[in-house]
Amino acid sequence: MTARIGVVTFPGSLDDRDTQRAIRIAGAEPVALWHKDKDLKQVDAVVLCGGFSYGDYLRAGAIARFSPVMEPLIEQAKAGLPVLGICNGFQILTEAHLLPGAMLGNDHLHFICRDQRLRVENAETSWTSDYRAGQEIHIPLKNMDGRYVADGYTLDKLEAEGRVAFRYLGLNPNGSLNDIAGITNEAGNVVGLMPHPEHAVEPLIGTGRTDGLPFFTSILKKLVNA
Amino acid sequence: MSRTPLDTVEHAAATPDVELPWAELGLKKDEYERIVEILGRRPTGAELAMYSVMWSEHCSYKSSKVHLRQFGEKAPQSDAMLVGIGENAGVVDVGQGYAVTFKVESHNHPSYVEPYQGAATGVGGIVRDIIAMGARPVAVVDPLRFGAADHPDTKRVLPGVVAGIGGYGNCLGLPNIGGEVVFDACYQGNPLVNAGAIGVMRHEDIHLAKASGAGNKVILYGARTGGDGIGGASILASETFDDAKPSKRPAVQVGDPFQEKLLIECTLEAFREKLVVGIQDLGAAGLSCATSELASNGSGGMRVTLDDVPLRDSTLSPEEILMSESQERMCAVVEPEKVDRFLEICDKWDVIATVIGEVTDGDRLEIYWHGGKIVDVDPRTVAHEGPVYERPYARPDWQDALQADDANALPRPATSEELKDQVLKLVASPNQASKKWITSQYDHFVQGNTVLAQPEDSGMIRVDEETGLGVAIATDGNGRYAKLDPYTGAQLALAEAYRNVATTGARPLAVSDCLNFGSPEDPAVMWQFAEAVRGLADGCLQLGTPVTGGNVSLYNQTGEAAIHPTPVVAVLGVIDDVARRTPVAFQEEGQLLYLLGDTREEFGGSAWSQVVHDHLGGLPPQVDLERERLLAEILISASRDGMIDSAHDLSDGGLVQAVVESALLGGVGARLVVPDGLDAFTFLLSESAGRAIVAVPRSEEVRFNDMCGARGLPATRIGVVDGDAVEVQGEFSLSLAELREAHEGTIPALLA
Repeated sequence: MTARIGVVTFPGSLDDRDTQRAIRIAGAEPVALWHKDKDLKQVDAVVLCGGFSYGDYLRAGAIARFSPVMEPLIEQAKAGLPVLGICNGFQILTEAHLLPGAMLGNDHLHFICRDQRLRVENAETSWTSDYRAGQEIHIPLKNMDGRYVADGYTLDKLEAEGRVAFRYLGLNPNGSLNDIAGITNEAGNVVGLMPHPEHAVEPLIGTGRTDGLPFFTSILKKLVNA
Repeated sequence: MSRTPLDTVEHAAATPDVELPWAELGLKKDEYERIVEILGRRPTGAELAMYSVMWSEHCSYKSSKVHLRQFGEKAPQSDAMLVGIGENAGVVDVGQGYAVTFKVESHNHPSYVEPYQGAATGVGGIVRDIIAMGARPVAVVDPLRFGAADHPDTKRVLPGVVAGIGGYGNCLGLPNIGGEVVFDACYQGNPLVNAGAIGVMRHEDIHLAKASGAGNKVILYGARTGGDGIGGASILASETFDDAKPSKRPAVQVGDPFQEKLLIECTLEAFREKLVVGIQDLGAAGLSCATSELASNGSGGMRVTLDDVPLRDSTLSPEEILMSESQERMCAVVEPEKVDRFLEICDKWDVIATVIGEVTDGDRLEIYWHGGKIVDVDPRTVAHEGPVYERPYARPDWQDALQADDANALPRPATSEELKDQVLKLVASPNQASKKWITSQYDHFVQGNTVLAQPEDSGMIRVDEETGLGVAIATDGNGRYAKLDPYTGAQLALAEAYRNVATTGARPLAVSDCLNFGSPEDPAVMWQFAEAVRGLADGCLQLGTPVTGGNVSLYNQTGEAAIHPTPVVAVLGVIDDVARRTPVAFQEEGQLLYLLGDTREEFGGSAWSQVVHDHLGGLPPQVDLERERLLAEILISASRDGMIDSAHDLSDGGLVQAVVESALLGGVGARLVVPDGLDAFTFLLSESAGRAIVAVPRSEEVRFNDMCGARGLPATRIGVVDGDAVEVQGEFSLSLAELREAHEGTIPALLA
């Protein structure tokens, strides 16, 4: 058997088909979820993909967070359903308070698209177990509002509990506090990051690296072995 | 307050002496008289609105038409062409049942007035053209021209344009894979913002802009119609027709990429369910264009009730509704029994959709407002039978003097040290410098099919995941060459784009163009235009790449000063397996560098003459299209058979520019030897066309040499990929660190 991983399409989602492809390449079965769905079609995990849901109007992720599909998603994520938020998906997860903190506009005020070097800080989450802690990887980054911020207490707590999952290396591309690129919840089932692992799964495409594939193989192994 | 009676057809017939503001709407007296003659009466205000926008230079191509005909008359035989000039965009067969549509358009004038929105809506417009053909848009490219890089106004225009392109395209989920950024003082008051897009579909999914089948419904969907983008219409809207409402409205449209993204998905879903008989996007001239073009391309007539158009501003007059260029709107023709399903899909995507009319079995376009008939015309007279001008043209007096001012006679570097300094200055000059600061503001990765993106020679997109089929696109244009000789300049633009596609391993198939010129009322400009079109048409015939469509932008001129004639040419190519693509970056130390083609002393219009001498004169490089074709064949074969690991076309900046780019991208240097028969200066900086450099693995050297020898292409071994510097033996060495700082530091220092 293989795992069924849902990919939610909101109005303005952009990387839904790419994320489905990455899931397929990893060997799992992608399941399309629509933002108006009231249930999650019994998927084993969910990815909230990148894009500009609702045009990023009001605030990135702020409107999508109230879509019907988010109700069962929030409930089940709290009960342990693995959820990965990529870029806009990460923004939605913070808006939904499944992850702490918030994303502001990049400090240089431009959209930025680059091949970003990261360090895997936590290789024990549902989505990162195929990495080694401390491993350096290259993943494409592309966003307008990628500056991770949180209050001092939250930051200290994230650091103390090892919940910073990824950190920018070399250049901090957006002014994120503590160079944070991605974080996890306490249970390790909900992970959000700004860079796009689904764009680093094929040797020929994009930056030509496959450093993003372990996200999808990690979750597949976890689900199949469960 | 008393209101003017509705200007119906009946009213117009009864009041022949009413004065209409045809001159304010940009019509000439004889054009207005022709409208009266066509209708047999004075036009209504609404009819006048439609004719005035549809007969404008922008929509009717009245000054350029007589020349553009050559693209059809001289079109080469090509099995690849599925849909040619005249539709929203041309369509080309790329094999395996796939078709590709692509086009380049200009959004020059609005982008100068309001850089962000002007550029953003330029992307929006070209993308709707692609959707209207039935295709999913898969990539965009943006050829841009700005004034001097260090001019203060460039710092206003460029960041706005770049942010607008990124803001719109990124939000649509379209990878930006190519284009150019060129600086020249001639574009100071007239920046060129051209936007290109590519779409992919299956052959059977091609859709056309025509309204057929009496009883079929006309559905307007997308954004509500507002008062934005009405240029001349504000005149109509003021005193003459109704003085009880706001009169001044912005002439530049405002884009909403989120709405356009919904429009893409909703349109593609309707296509998948085969719900659409004909389709047209609303761009320039808005509803006037969409209704008249749909009706005139179809078999019947059309009846439209303007009251049903959803409005953002309820005070709009019918004339304004017809002329509004509000963005993110499309018009579909749908069979009555499929209307419900079509509306359902629109509702799913939260897109407003309204039946505004139907196809009739007559041959008239009739438009109603408040129960009265305000338009009753033969749609062909609006859409296709506009005025045609044979504008006078003449080779300008100054052309001879310009060509006599030979760049080959300019003082050349006297010492190796001087040569080195000039090379460093060249690669750091704004035109030759890295554009990463700009292109990093565009998403290259979205959709997960980008094989190559700028600064590669051409952008490349995978079309089929199973077979690896892909398409490549390159856009090029050199206004300096075209100024020296517009005929040759246009062919050089074509040759460069063709070469760029082949350098990445793809086979060039077809051409689109965006022809940017000054005022057609100036005979010198008209001569440049005529020469450029003739050159491009002749070139396309010789290379076997038909022009599938394009765009003309005239009046790019401030006062007497016109821009350099700037024909921008896009070439589309196909590659059977993207795994065989050839990148620009040097891959491996020890590989052998070969120069393909002949190098002559050609410095007219060169980057060197501009950077070192601020000079423009002489003749541009010679064009040999047979040589270009041979070079392309060699590059494609070498890529397919794995004989080369990297390749770079030689163009502005010459060989040294190409070597520096390949070295910096690959992170490995090169040692070069000046070949026999050439001096170092000419070897490094001449801009002879029909050339490329390739890196050949040692194991492939014999096979590669044999192939070039057998086919008669000069291939000269010029060095080896090696080290951390670009070294020219006996001349100079520049470390990669020094080159990187020079090449990558310029643009951020000027614009960040």
